[in-house]
Amino acid sequence: MAYIPHTERDRQAMLAAIGVSSLDELFQAVPAEVRFPDLDLPEALSEMEVMVELQALAEANVDTQHYACFLGAGAYNHFIPSVVDHILRRNEFYTAYTPYQPEISQGTLQAIFEYQSLICNLTGMDVSNASHYDGATALAEAATLALAHHREKRRTLLVSAAVHPEYRQVLRTYMQGMDVTIHGDESCCTGPDDLVRRLNDQTAMVAVQYPDFFGHIVDFAALAEATHAAGALLCVVVNPLALGMLKPPSAFQADVVVGEGQSLGIPLSFGGPYLGLFTTKNEYVRKMAGRLVGETVDSRGQRGYVLTLTPREQHIRRDKATSNICTNQGLMALASAVYLSVMGRQGLRKVAELCYHKAHYASQAIERLPRYKLWNKGPFFHEFVVACPKPPAEINEVLLEHEILGGYDLTGDYPELPNHMLLAVTEMNSKEEIDDLVSALEEASHD
Amino acid sequence: MTEPVIFDLSSPGRLGVSLPEPDVPAYPLPRGLARDDLPLPEVAENDVVRHFVRLSQFNYSIDTGFYPLGSCTMKYNPKVNEDAARLTGFAHSHPLQEATTVQGNLALMYSLQEWLKEIGGFAGVSLQPAAGAHGELTGILIIRAYHRQRGDAKRTKILIPDSAHGTNPASTSMSGMDVIELPSDARGNIDLQALRRACDDTVAALMLTNPNTLGLFEEHVREVVDQIHACGGLVYGDGANMNALLGVLRPGDLGFDVLHFNLHKTFSTPHGGGGPGSGPVGVAPALVDFLPGPIIEAVESDGDEEAPLYRPVMPARSIGRVKAFLGHFGMHVRAYTYMRMQGKSGLRAIADHAVLNANYLRTRLRGTYTIPHDRVCMHEFVAEGRWEDAPGVRALDIAKRLMDYGFHPPTNYFPLIVHEALMIEPTESESRETLDAFAEAMLTIAREARETPEVLLTAPHKTPFGRLDEVRAAKELVLCCRPVEMTDEA
Repeated sequence: MAYIPHTERDRQAMLAAIGVSSLDELFQAVPAEVRFPDLDLPEALSEMEVMVELQALAEANVDTQHYACFLGAGAYNHFIPSVVDHILRRNEFYTAYTPYQPEISQGTLQAIFEYQSLICNLTGMDVSNASHYDGATALAEAATLALAHHREKRRTLLVSAAVHPEYRQVLRTYMQGMDVTIHGDESCCTGPDDLVRRLNDQTAMVAVQYPDFFGHIVDFAALAEATHAAGALLCVVVNPLALGMLKPPSAFQADVVVGEGQSLGIPLSFGGPYLGLFTTKNEYVRKMAGRLVGETVDSRGQRGYVLTLTPREQHIRRDKATSNICTNQGLMALASAVYLSVMGRQGLRKVAELCYHKAHYASQAIERLPRYKLWNKGPFFHEFVVACPKPPAEINEVLLEHEILGGYDLTGDYPELPNHMLLAVTEMNSKEEIDDLVSALEEASHD
Repeated sequence: MTEPVIFDLSSPGRLGVSLPEPDVPAYPLPRGLARDDLPLPEVAENDVVRHFVRLSQFNYSIDTGFYPLGSCTMKYNPKVNEDAARLTGFAHSHPLQEATTVQGNLALMYSLQEWLKEIGGFAGVSLQPAAGAHGELTGILIIRAYHRQRGDAKRTKILIPDSAHGTNPASTSMSGMDVIELPSDARGNIDLQALRRACDDTVAALMLTNPNTLGLFEEHVREVVDQIHACGGLVYGDGANMNALLGVLRPGDLGFDVLHFNLHKTFSTPHGGGGPGSGPVGVAPALVDFLPGPIIEAVESDGDEEAPLYRPVMPARSIGRVKAFLGHFGMHVRAYTYMRMQGKSGLRAIADHAVLNANYLRTRLRGTYTIPHDRVCMHEFVAEGRWEDAPGVRALDIAKRLMDYGFHPPTNYFPLIVHEALMIEPTESESRETLDAFAEAMLTIAREARETPEVLLTAPHKTPFGRLDEVRAAKELVLCCRPVEMTDEA
């Protein structure tokens, strides 16, 4: 049996020590009529055979190492230095549990402390927790914080339509039992002024995205001011990689900054596991969900780290906890800590600027095509929307023939944007790939 | 022996990575929106590697030794799983690609759904939840939606035994439902009388961990399930302890309506120092339409030659998405690899040997340690870490002293219903020799508790760090460090 070391001799000796005569006898407490079902499952394969099967499945996919990728919408194809995966493969990191015994878990604890510090420095916020499942669930937990902050007295959440559609769906799923009203995202293109008009004394939180789902970089200073004047909290969903070049959300007084950390050294991996970033101001730390690592000293006088403020958490507070979160994205937080360490101050800025310059090169070239039109009006980061002459699905089929993964079709999420496509350009896209995209788009526009 | 924080290794102008020069013209940066300073460290690649490798060496892990952490199922994490998840087609496919371009991924997820359905005895499975607690939230929202859809919105109570994981009541609160705690009886089962009293037409569900957190199979499970169903409630199973039931019992056959699996416990995906996990949810036929989506569906092809086409779909009355995209696919690949290598008979062998190992250790420790509910256990058992003739010694001291003998301690102070609890789960992947060595260490510690208690009270002695001051951490609350010096030139 794979991964079971027992010999027949071991089994017999152990059963004798326990005082039973067979393995089956250990399961007497299980009702006999349903005990030991005959499962309809395939028989075991050897490691060699399994890898052949998996290789075939993997090769049945189109992947971003063989195709040029212009698909983003919340998951991005970035360069990951080799260092990152080498550290993730350290057995001591990936086969450890949550660091409940700090004397023998200082590696994980200090790494999380550094992760918290790196994310605080990047976002400009005071505190970061040790992670949430992804950007979407981090947004939902921000809403929980805001409701708790207002002691459940304010029950409205305002959400911009330019927040990722799936994040808004997850927020609604989380809130379905909480007697909360969520609005502000009925139309795609109303902007922050519309949110300001909707603010009142029932608003617990306003959520916006930066850069927004369509790539726009919006200065939320005025919105922040109005939100605070109404007594509500401002939550900003960020792409942390963009913060390599953009003003951090602390610059316009965000109260909670959440986001998807996948762009910081985590592979696309068909959507997960990713990394939910969650940061806030000092004053909200006790309302924040999730694990926190704090600095202290040990009995020998050495600097060390422990999980702290645990009374907020489910294993102590049970039904009064700030959240049910237990397992989080520890290893993914480590990945982003290694990524940010090795990219550093200059590297992250350079990657962000490469994305920005290449996206603008691409958008300008596409705009020169007679039948396409750039939809974005203001400044954007590395994603932009193009109005296409026919359904994006048809265009993407042509692109696929050129070994190009085309953009995200916005029609489903935004009916008011028919035939609009969201394109993402990163440092991974060479000028040649962008030129190929432009000519393939041109070809696809013909009937 | 400490390691500086990464910011202390920084020196202005140092580079850790080489990046290409732009091959397109520069575009003016957005005015007023670009940041001036980026306070990140500047460290050479070599130093980053040494820093994190040295940190890793401060950790205890499954790959360095025995890790009998109760309720966490710290079994061996096969290396082939890691290679599988990193295959190019898996690791480098985008979650929003057209279904036709990711048929390999969807086929894998479809098989995993089918196998979990078969193992659990369920009609439908969603792979979306990211962790066990996330699966619980999902399950309770499904139960809520089910009752409401039937016009039965008054059902807001969730019954939870006092031995349950803390996530159960927390998940219930997050769903907007009310927690009613049920006591345990003298044998560690649910108190049937208390259950009967609690059952009425406002009960939405019972959350049941079976085997429970004492490692005991609920002896009256049939009565418990029937009682809940009779009052119109549903039964939620916390699948954290599924390792004991593989090929032994399908919870669906016993009438469980919903159950979450922990792929990071039962199906060997690594714990990663706290995550990521994966918590798929299985449901009975009446609840299939409420599952969070997308789930993967097979579309039969017309021609016999063609393989079926797989596609993601949203169930008809879905509670909605519980996370972005399709779930922790990288974990799905690892669990698939593991299940494929175990096959049907291997899965049963896992449960057999997990239960064999737990009972063997229980037998070796009984007499020296009090085991409050001393009967044949499942995959884990709970001992008391205290003796009348060693008054100063607590479970915590035993846990710390075990580190000196080279072992990770068991879970301590959980479940809450046992005094000075030591919750021990050896898993199937440990040999008799390892279990014997651990038992010897536990017996030695019991002697030390009487003879040289100060050795326990000041333990650990041989680890790189001594006991940490948790009070100081909570009082001073240093949660973040800032760069010591950041100069302006880049």
